[in-house]
Amino acid sequence: MIGGLFIYNHKGEVLISRVYRDDIGRNAVDAFRVNVIHARQQVRSPVTNIARTSFFHVKRSNIWLAVVTKQNVNAAMVFEFLYKMCDVMASYFGKISEENIKNNFVLIYELLDEILDFGYPQNSETGSLKTFITQQGIKGQTKEEQSQITSQVTGQIGWRREGIKYRRNELFLDVLESVNLLMSPQGQVLSAHVSGRVVMKSYLSGMPECKFGMNDKIIIDKAGKGGVTNEAGKSTSGKQSIAIDDCTFNQCVRLSKFDSERSISFIPPDGEYELMRYRTTKDIILPFRVIPLVREVGRTKLEVKVVIKSNFKPSLLAQKIEVRIPTPLNTSGVQVICMKGKAKYKASENAIVWKIKRMAGMKESQISAEIELLPTNDKKKWARPPISMNFEVPFAPSGLKVRYLKVFESKLNYSDHDVIKWVRYIGRSGIYETRC
Amino acid sequence: MEWANQLCENRQFGSKMTDSKYFTTTKKGEIFELKAELNSDKKEKKKEAVKKVIASMTVGKDVSALFPDVVNCMQTDNLELKKLVYLYLMNYAKSQPDMAIMAVNTFVKDCEDPNPLIRALAVRTMGCIRVDKITEYLCEPLRKCLKDEDPYVRKTAAVCVAKLHDINAQLVEDQGFLDTLKDLISDSNPMVVANAVAALSEIAESHPNSNLLDLNPQSINKLLTALNECTEWGQIFILDCLANYTPRDDRESQSICERVTPRLSHANSAVVLSAVKVLMKFMEMLPKDLDYYGTLLKKLAPPLVTLLSAEPELQYVALRNINLIVQKRPEILKHEMKVFFVKYNDPIYVKLEKLDIMIRLASQANIAQVLAELKEYATEVDVDFVRKAVRAIGRCAIKVEQSAERCVSTLLDLIQTKVNYVVQEAIVVIKDIFRKYPNKYESVIATLCENLDSLDEPEARAAMIWIVGEYAERIDNADELLESFLEGFHDESTQVQLQLLTAIVKLFLKKPTETQELVQQVLSLATQDSDNPDLRDRGYIYWRLLSTDPVAAKEVVLAEKPLISEETDLIEPTLLEELICHIGTLASVYHKPPSAFVEGSRGVMHKRLPARTGSGEGTECPDVGNAAGGSAPEAAPSIIPSQGDLLGDLLNLDLAPPTTAGPTPSTSGMQMGGMDLLGGGLDSLLGGDIGGSPAMGAGFGAAPAVMPASLNAPVGGGLGDLFDLGGGVGMPMGAYIPPKTVWLPAMKAKGLEISGTFARRAGVIQMELVLTNKAMSVMTDFAIQFNRNSFGLAPAGPLQVLTPLGPNQTIEVSLPLSTVGPVMKMDPLNNLQVAVKNNIDVFYFSCQYPISMLFVEDGKMERQVFLATWKDIPNDNESQFQIQDCHLNSEAASNKLQGSNIFTIAKRTVEGQDMLYMSIKLSNGIWVLAELKVQAGNPNYTISLKCRAPEVSQCVFQCYEAVLKN
Repeated sequence: MIGGLFIYNHKGEVLISRVYRDDIGRNAVDAFRVNVIHARQQVRSPVTNIARTSFFHVKRSNIWLAVVTKQNVNAAMVFEFLYKMCDVMASYFGKISEENIKNNFVLIYELLDEILDFGYPQNSETGSLKTFITQQGIKGQTKEEQSQITSQVTGQIGWRREGIKYRRNELFLDVLESVNLLMSPQGQVLSAHVSGRVVMKSYLSGMPECKFGMNDKIIIDKAGKGGVTNEAGKSTSGKQSIAIDDCTFNQCVRLSKFDSERSISFIPPDGEYELMRYRTTKDIILPFRVIPLVREVGRTKLEVKVVIKSNFKPSLLAQKIEVRIPTPLNTSGVQVICMKGKAKYKASENAIVWKIKRMAGMKESQISAEIELLPTNDKKKWARPPISMNFEVPFAPSGLKVRYLKVFESKLNYSDHDVIKWVRYIGRSGIYETRC
Repeated sequence: MEWANQLCENRQFGSKMTDSKYFTTTKKGEIFELKAELNSDKKEKKKEAVKKVIASMTVGKDVSALFPDVVNCMQTDNLELKKLVYLYLMNYAKSQPDMAIMAVNTFVKDCEDPNPLIRALAVRTMGCIRVDKITEYLCEPLRKCLKDEDPYVRKTAAVCVAKLHDINAQLVEDQGFLDTLKDLISDSNPMVVANAVAALSEIAESHPNSNLLDLNPQSINKLLTALNECTEWGQIFILDCLANYTPRDDRESQSICERVTPRLSHANSAVVLSAVKVLMKFMEMLPKDLDYYGTLLKKLAPPLVTLLSAEPELQYVALRNINLIVQKRPEILKHEMKVFFVKYNDPIYVKLEKLDIMIRLASQANIAQVLAELKEYATEVDVDFVRKAVRAIGRCAIKVEQSAERCVSTLLDLIQTKVNYVVQEAIVVIKDIFRKYPNKYESVIATLCENLDSLDEPEARAAMIWIVGEYAERIDNADELLESFLEGFHDESTQVQLQLLTAIVKLFLKKPTETQELVQQVLSLATQDSDNPDLRDRGYIYWRLLSTDPVAAKEVVLAEKPLISEETDLIEPTLLEELICHIGTLASVYHKPPSAFVEGSRGVMHKRLPARTGSGEGTECPDVGNAAGGSAPEAAPSIIPSQGDLLGDLLNLDLAPPTTAGPTPSTSGMQMGGMDLLGGGLDSLLGGDIGGSPAMGAGFGAAPAVMPASLNAPVGGGLGDLFDLGGGVGMPMGAYIPPKTVWLPAMKAKGLEISGTFARRAGVIQMELVLTNKAMSVMTDFAIQFNRNSFGLAPAGPLQVLTPLGPNQTIEVSLPLSTVGPVMKMDPLNNLQVAVKNNIDVFYFSCQYPISMLFVEDGKMERQVFLATWKDIPNDNESQFQIQDCHLNSEAASNKLQGSNIFTIAKRTVEGQDMLYMSIKLSNGIWVLAELKVQAGNPNYTISLKCRAPEVSQCVFQCYEAVLKN
């Protein structure tokens, strides 16, 4: 299991050091500093073995978090734990920075004592941690409160406490998708996928039971086969359904129920959380198409022309569009002309950055640039990194639609109709690249 | 403490008063000050002081001197302060054991506290204090806490048992804590169950033989129930524990799989990977024709792909595991090539791993896409990545023959970029492509030669020199090129020197007239001016070879080279199986068994995949198609050393076909060893030398011209069966003996004609010779010797020709053979080169023995072992042959084969077709497994052979044919 956990600043000074196992000595702290943080060559793996001791690390801004062990631990678990640790810290004191860590070191030790026992991760849900790790002491608790805490920390629904009350029961549902594309210069899709998340903010009283439904092809086909829907409904819904390659769920979702009936039911945590993640690869709506044209004119000049075409309903507007066209390292000057938006050559980033605030669907725009190059005797050819794009669109590129979200709370007197529900779709660019 | 000082300044500038101020104590005498503060009456001041102490402790300062003062602060109802004091205690108790006792009372008291959080805190901390005296006091509170009414206390106590076991294992056993812990597996609270499982698993690891976890269908059922309810971490503990269980049959295996598959949708990647581990392991037990088996395979792909959208560090762990999964079950991800395409912004460690998997998944179906990608990668910035991409292109060429041409032209394009390391890497792989597809792509040599000057890495230089030497006849200025390397001969690395030596000798053999000077130059550089024994020895060998018999030299040096293997970097099957059992863990990241990086006894136990049990069907015979890998056969089969073909070739020299030309005058002043094989001379010199000097063998083995060792480390064959000879188990009649053939015609041997055959009688291999004197004079003083051969055959005694052999006389001699002679791989494998001496001369001939001669009497394998072995041997090692026109029924065939020590282990009849499963053991311990299909009324048999040394398959097949048809 995990033998110890260290947090360092960018200089390699220890901010937090907690050792769980006897086989980890103080020298492990230095070993990591010398061999990884101060290593002459950048370390090329997140797992390092130094003198039969294994180190796992992640970096958050310039803070290093390292787990050390001498055993054959579950490596995936260690990284999941480190991420979780970051989440917990962030939810307690915001950004993970040197200052924040120093300011909260007592709290961090307290957390580390609670969420790792003898190197075994324990309940690390912030919802329940915050009920008893408060930095205020827990003196004033009644016996009932105490047992409520412990039963929640260890219980089946460790993510939600009892007795939550809201005057207004409200639900916000965001379908956030990032669409990823790798396209060849000729416009051939080399790979494309959407990774989506359903993020929920729930402000519901009591212990509500929720049921979430979307236009998942498997469910709709199932319903269709059952003969429940009529002819017309079948054909329309059949068209709109999407094939989900794979999805993963928050731990509140009953996985066995999903496996057997493919229905998503759960008791939600309070506040904001990620209900599910999913991935699709079929019938993706690619909101933009990038058509690059790069011409080398002699050895000292490049001509670049890039056309972008928006490919969605004309009534919708894409926002925050940014096209990044890489330039060679020996660029001496750039002249840009664009029809829409603003374009600038950023020497420090070796790229022309073209920004457009808004663009409606089924439109196109174009930029052309002349790049002057310094003559070099560097034999190595310029690697031509791909042209990348950023944008935001108000629909889900995967085609996912929320069909329903039902709330049942039998003990309290509100019904599904009383809950105010908001649904929003946002499609963003993930890694959206076109080779040139 | 530099940053602490900085913060001190911050504070002066009025930053808010927060905990970071505690890091600012750097003044002299601080310990003294702290002491005063710790003993202050004011609670707040005390607390502040303890915080300062912890801050100092964190940065590695020794504050153990404050021990009594800190412990004094322990008795408080302020929980925050208490936790801080406990933290201090855990750090320093070991160094101050006597004083740590002071804390015991408080712990014991806290364990009785009405607040469950305090009870748990006390038992948790106490377990972390590694002082014997304290552990004694811990027992009673722990016993109570294990049965506490509050689950939070119980789950903490469960882990505490593991802590205590780590300090004093005996104590834990004596106090009966293990039984209490086992009871907790049935606890009503899932988190208690999970922690109990984790603790028990850890304790069980240090007692490999104890039946501590005692997994049985009932307890497994409890675990599976808890799996649905506990935290993500608890699910991991339970899944990892489940993976150690071996279901009793395929039904149980399937039902567990069914209950584990929902975990594949968990958001936590570790839960997913641990579930994958359980499924990969239990799948081994499922019959392949089961529908569920196919469903399961399909279910595995999407979650594995999803892992690639996790954070980069997790992607790395996932990719290392996918690499194993792809090797074990390529079918799972064969259609998912695209997701392994490298993204421009992937961290380098993700890129390199993806590339590895891409090559493994490359096939004819997707090769075009893969190549296009690899070409992109080859223009990236990171040098290691680019090199690997170039190498990958070469591997594609070797793996997918149809793509070879495209790969070569891609490599040529890359060479044109003139980027130094790209060019060098390309040349190294092109050399391998030449090896794989001889006489196909040599047109590119001209382009390669243009880049000669830019090569500065030994591997690339060696590869280029190899190419020049190998194709010297097509390169007009080969001599100039090689000569240019020769100038700096002594500055080159050994690899290059060896290669240069060989290349120039090749050149000389191809163009003797123009290059005599060059070859003399290199030989003298290698033999006289070098301190490197490998180089010197190789130089001498060439020298002698060239001066003795140029024709033989040609046959040796320019011999046809064996093919190189397609798949490289494959993990050895048994290790792969073990690693599959460790999916998700560090072992799977390192691709090493835990014993390689874990100290002590923990985790060193080797894990294995379960063997299929085959419940229900009631088939008596081994069901080979479904056989699951299990334990490896007891003895690792030795494999014919293939190392150093060149070395092998060189030794042929004495026995090379006779030449008409007499010995050419020696070009050196060295004394030449005589031609007489028996009289010692070169052979015994070399034989003794090479056989006994591992350094030399290794030297040749490392030579780049030699094929990449696709076989495992060579093991001296033959030794194992030394005693087989004496073992003469009653020989079943009817062992096949091929008819005698003429081996040495009288024309070639000054009137001596030799014909003969081989037989195995009562476990003894015999060479039966007929010597006929067709000359006019009497022949005497016969002697015989063998060259090293594939199975170490050697005469077990002298050739018994006691009386002189008069003209026109014939004598039959039987020569017993042993299999303990020196071993060298021959081509064909069953080739034997023999030298026979008489009073007139030495004569050489070669003959081929039926490999059935080497089949030993104890070659009958256990059925279970057979099953396991069949599965264990990779499918690539399987070869299929047809035996035509054989009119025996399966029974007769089986009997006939048995006579030649081919043992039928099982028989199965499927739709009128008899399937015979047979095993053969060779005298050097190699097992050959066979499946013979005999269909009534069809004279054509199909035979599949599986063997760890697939080279023998061809010979074995020939034996089958010979035995069955005679």
